[in-house]
Amino acid sequence: MLPAYASLPEKAWFWLFRIFNVLVLLFLVSPLFAIVPLSFSADSFLVYPIRAFSLRWYEAFLTDGEWTRALMNSFIVAPAATLIATVLGTLASVGLASREFPAKSLLMGILVSPMVVPVVIVGVGAYLFFAPLGLTGSYLGLVLVHAALGVPFVVITVSATLAGFNTNLIRASASMGAGPLTTFMKVVMPLVAPGIISGALFAFATSFDEVVVTLFLAAPEQMTLPRQMFGGIKENISPAIAAAATILILFSVALLLTLEWLRGRAERMRTRKA
Amino acid sequence: MSETQSGDALVSFRGVQKSYDGESLIVKHLDLDIRRGEFLTLLGPSGSGKTTCLMMLAGFETPSHGEIWLDGKLLNRVPPHKRDIGMVFQNYALFPHMTVGENLAYPLKLRKLSAGEIAERVKKALGMVRLDALAHRYPGQLSGGQQQRVALARALVFEPKLVLMDEPLGALDKQLREHMQLEIKHIHERLGVTVVYVTHDQSEALTMSDRVAVFKDGIIQQIDTPNALYEAPSNAFVASFIGENNRLDGEVVSVDGEQCSVRLGDGSLVRAQRAGAEAARPTAMSIRPERVRLGALAAPCETRLSARLIEQIYLGDHVRLRLALGPTQGFMVKVPISDVDTAWQAGQTLDVGWMVKDLRALAPQDA
Repeated sequence: MLPAYASLPEKAWFWLFRIFNVLVLLFLVSPLFAIVPLSFSADSFLVYPIRAFSLRWYEAFLTDGEWTRALMNSFIVAPAATLIATVLGTLASVGLASREFPAKSLLMGILVSPMVVPVVIVGVGAYLFFAPLGLTGSYLGLVLVHAALGVPFVVITVSATLAGFNTNLIRASASMGAGPLTTFMKVVMPLVAPGIISGALFAFATSFDEVVVTLFLAAPEQMTLPRQMFGGIKENISPAIAAAATILILFSVALLLTLEWLRGRAERMRTRKA
Repeated sequence: MSETQSGDALVSFRGVQKSYDGESLIVKHLDLDIRRGEFLTLLGPSGSGKTTCLMMLAGFETPSHGEIWLDGKLLNRVPPHKRDIGMVFQNYALFPHMTVGENLAYPLKLRKLSAGEIAERVKKALGMVRLDALAHRYPGQLSGGQQQRVALARALVFEPKLVLMDEPLGALDKQLREHMQLEIKHIHERLGVTVVYVTHDQSEALTMSDRVAVFKDGIIQQIDTPNALYEAPSNAFVASFIGENNRLDGEVVSVDGEQCSVRLGDGSLVRAQRAGAEAARPTAMSIRPERVRLGALAAPCETRLSARLIEQIYLGDHVRLRLALGPTQGFMVKVPISDVDTAWQAGQTLDVGWMVKDLRALAPQDA
């Protein structure tokens, strides 16, 4: 902390720096705090001050057919997209890390491009590309595009983990008689698991709060939760949105904590010390 | 060039070449037979091709040209995991997410042995490297020396035909390294397994090996027992790379049988053992510092010259003396402490002498 010989300006800076940090953090999360209390309002409008508290909007959220269908859709599309993105992204990273070849950086660029290209362009492109194939208004189409949006996160996190990977471990495994697939499952996978888990988390979050592509591609049957909230706020500003948002926040926090715990465990395994 | 292997050879390299860029050859031409049960060391400076040879044998590199045979089988198209060759790496390459016991069980599980047999073999292998108590530790919890022992046990536990070691002691400190050298040597003697060992440390090679292959520029300069390499190096590179060596340049005046006469730079004539030098050609002569006698002890020697003493370095069990002999300013002599004359002073002129057989006239290698 602050050493005993600190001068007055040093002390001032010490406290200013901390106050500033707290303000930055508040700035980042205060929108979340604004929405949470509103979900407990008994009022029919999204306004402060809250005059009476009730759980009626949670009830509305959980009983309304449109909201529950949107919730279910999100839980169909996001895990499916995450699975595809994680498997493909991990394989791509392993391939990119294992050897040198001329078009390596170009390939890396293409794999990461869905993260850089504006989502609205991805949405329009996907719509025009999928329409003749009959993939608009289908779960498959939505899952595929969400997977493409998630791949960059997996590629980046897994590649970062592989960058520090000791390739002699692969050679050692081969010298003991393990084929490439066994080596991958028994040696590479467990050691890059932290990267895979982080990438999968990002891919899931990307799909779970994606609105733009869903606007272009989803028919009413494929309405996801964010898409439903987006529609709801335009049409009827009901505090059920606040309830949906609060549930989403809680879910995201729980997901983050679980995966962070998993990742930490895998990380300890990788670099176990006395 | 595609004859198979001779009787006692386990591994044969036949006309092997390796180039990474298609232009320069890192291994120029390799014909090498590795005998069953021997401890062969590939010794050479970095970039001499020794590690590339090991990697080609393990299957991690493919020869650009030539054939490699293992136990009567052509290896060129066999992938590493089907070669049944154990390997010890410089930085151990233990699996950090598995305990010591799991690391050792890994090759055994791949061979589908029963749980009982795996447990028994792991226990035996750990006993061999004296780490019985550490089976449940993770590699990250062990010291460097312990990790290297685990790596050694893991390369041996599945009883491969051949064990390769790529500078396995490079990361250890000197004392531990010397201890591990003996330990590896004893394990080799006990198991009788064939070992190919790569190092750039000549004392390590001399300590452990049955035979040493000295590499330079992608070619084996000499392959011989440690004793023969030291006492009878076949060229100037081997003489200077293995042990300490004094080099005297001159020109061969006449040759008679095993010996020859050589004129030194200052015009004096000396006799030397012929080891590749040819008449009327320049030669690099080599003599070990411990073969040179000084002062009164030089009297019975066949060759006697005089040299000026430049400095003495006291090293406890012996004294090293640097002398100016003709044009050579750095002529080193090693004298056991019991033979040192306390009257020797820097600047003094001393008698130096040696036996003719100890001065070897080699073909010069000025590449």
